[in-house]
Amino acid sequence: MDSINPILLIASLMVASTPILLAALGEMVVEKAGVLNLGVEGMMITGAVVGFAIGVNTGSSWAGFAIAAIAGAGLSMIFAIITQMLLSNQVATGLGLTLFGLGLSSLIGKPYVGMKAPGFAKLDIPVLSDIPVLGPILFRHDPMVYLSLAAILGVWYLLTYTRAGLVLRAVGENHNAAHALGYKVVRVRFMAIAFGGAMAGLGGAYVSLVRVPQWVEGMTAGAGWIALAIVVFASWRPWRILLGAYLFGGITVLQLNLQAAGSTVPVEYLSMSPYLVTILVLVIISVRGNHGAPGSLGRVFHASH
Amino acid sequence: MSLIRLEKRPAPSRLLSGLTPILAVIATMFAGGIMFAALGFSPFEAIRIIFWDPLFDPQFGPYSRPQLLVKAGPLILIATGLALGFRAGIWNIGAEGQYIMGAIVGAGAGLAFYPSESFLIFPFMVLAGAFGGWAWAMIPAILKTRFGTNEILVSLMLVYVAENILASVSSGLLRNPDGMGFPGSRNLRRDFPAASNTEIFADTGMHWGVVAAFIAVILAYVLMSRHKMGFSIRLAGEAPRAARFAGVSPARLIIFCLGTAGALAGLAGLFEVSGPAGQISIDFNTGYGFTAIIVAFLGRLHPVGILLAGLLMALTYIGGELAQLMLGMPAAAIQLFQGMLLFFLLAMDVFANYRVRIGTPEIAK
Repeated sequence: MDSINPILLIASLMVASTPILLAALGEMVVEKAGVLNLGVEGMMITGAVVGFAIGVNTGSSWAGFAIAAIAGAGLSMIFAIITQMLLSNQVATGLGLTLFGLGLSSLIGKPYVGMKAPGFAKLDIPVLSDIPVLGPILFRHDPMVYLSLAAILGVWYLLTYTRAGLVLRAVGENHNAAHALGYKVVRVRFMAIAFGGAMAGLGGAYVSLVRVPQWVEGMTAGAGWIALAIVVFASWRPWRILLGAYLFGGITVLQLNLQAAGSTVPVEYLSMSPYLVTILVLVIISVRGNHGAPGSLGRVFHASH
Repeated sequence: MSLIRLEKRPAPSRLLSGLTPILAVIATMFAGGIMFAALGFSPFEAIRIIFWDPLFDPQFGPYSRPQLLVKAGPLILIATGLALGFRAGIWNIGAEGQYIMGAIVGAGAGLAFYPSESFLIFPFMVLAGAFGGWAWAMIPAILKTRFGTNEILVSLMLVYVAENILASVSSGLLRNPDGMGFPGSRNLRRDFPAASNTEIFADTGMHWGVVAAFIAVILAYVLMSRHKMGFSIRLAGEAPRAARFAGVSPARLIIFCLGTAGALAGLAGLFEVSGPAGQISIDFNTGYGFTAIIVAFLGRLHPVGILLAGLLMALTYIGGELAQLMLGMPAAAIQLFQGMLLFFLLAMDVFANYRVRIGTPEIAK
């Protein structure tokens, strides 16, 4: 067990958390607008395969990330059209999106099995990265890690201090009142859903381009669902998303390290631990009461006049 | 005001509710045809191979037809249970996990008595299988009723936990002691006749799981149309506030709906592991628990509809396998096709629930 290096552990925690962080942040915005999209897993895995395919074909991970975000947003538009314009049940449609995305990804991914990702350079910030302990933990990551942190800051600022954020929250809190005030409920929700899709796509691409880095069928392995749980854990607050994602990233990394270190606990029990911890955290949160769920979350909006 | 408006119907149109699944299937065939063409297959040939040849082709029919019941059995069994909860607004999406746990507990109960030949073993396994699925579903049910924890996420997380337990027992607890160290349990169908779920009529695919599925459909129909619990389920789904005023206990509904769905999924797992699959192995589960969600919706959450939808979905599985064999079509194409079907169905629901009006609305009402 001596082989676990705490500095490397914390450093790899940040990498392991980034996909969930991106996806959870996107879904939080969607839910803040009053929409429950259970298709995160499907959009993530689609982002993973599309990002990887583009990355391999162009040799650029940046191109992979960009197209993965577009693919995630594109897929989310199916959900947006069916739930917002055709007024379907959001739970069922989101589930459908996940099943569809899993099928789509394995169809697209067939030729890419076993290939290598193009690689994604770490920043290695001069001076800062040489600081003992803190350097390797904080300043030797790839740009997406920092972008994901910037995204938290951006979403927090947007939701708290801008008019657009206020409108988005109003739409999510009470869509009838927002509609009566003249806000375009459906338009706002379309944009929120597209943002959520793009973030899930980015998160998925991070898994296939950086974290693993190759394409394996079903490789997101429930990360999209964990992202959904983190939104609940975070009580719909951006900074708590960061906390939640890093907590889960930490557990994932720790159990992987224990597996590698030849722990006496069987591999299967270590592998199931992130899911068990998710359940545990959900229970603890629900005991304390579900504070902060947007008022119109998951409800169908139909403007009768 | 836009030119096209949707006007809520006082009650969903029954005619259109019945018609939309058929329209959705037709629309999926079109969209699927386009997808098949994009993949470089002849759309007409692909659709024929998927929907027609498994049943009527003189060469493949005799092999494929029995498979229809083999595949439809678990789908119908699971979907019937899920639909009860879905109608009440209780979202158990972890049937795959309940299916796995039913198989493990059921097979384990049988293997404990190997090599006994008692006729009691199989009925005991059936009970154990139902119990395994029920107990697994009770976790989200109790967490929901005690603490208000979201059952969607908990039931889904438990699928991953169940998959890990499956991996653990197939190379540990239930591993075949005579299997030279290979993972996987004893083959119940081949090596343990008293624990095997055999075909009741040869070459029909009719095994005990299919019988159970038919019984479940009949019982669910009676429950929903004749029993007070069925009324409570419908009331809770359509008018939750009214249900509370009428004294319907949400906790009882949650325990009942999740428990029944879990038990039925567990049964499906037991019948599968002791029949078509034959043994507990690491990749024993094939996603029936998730496809059953599509079946439940395609069947309009109605037992008889689910029966038909289960058969149709089974046909796409068999047809998909045939298309794999004949055309080299990837298996994922069929999964995508099934996903599309759900989308079209949900999208077309709008016509059953709303009237489409063209022109500007009248001012006075």
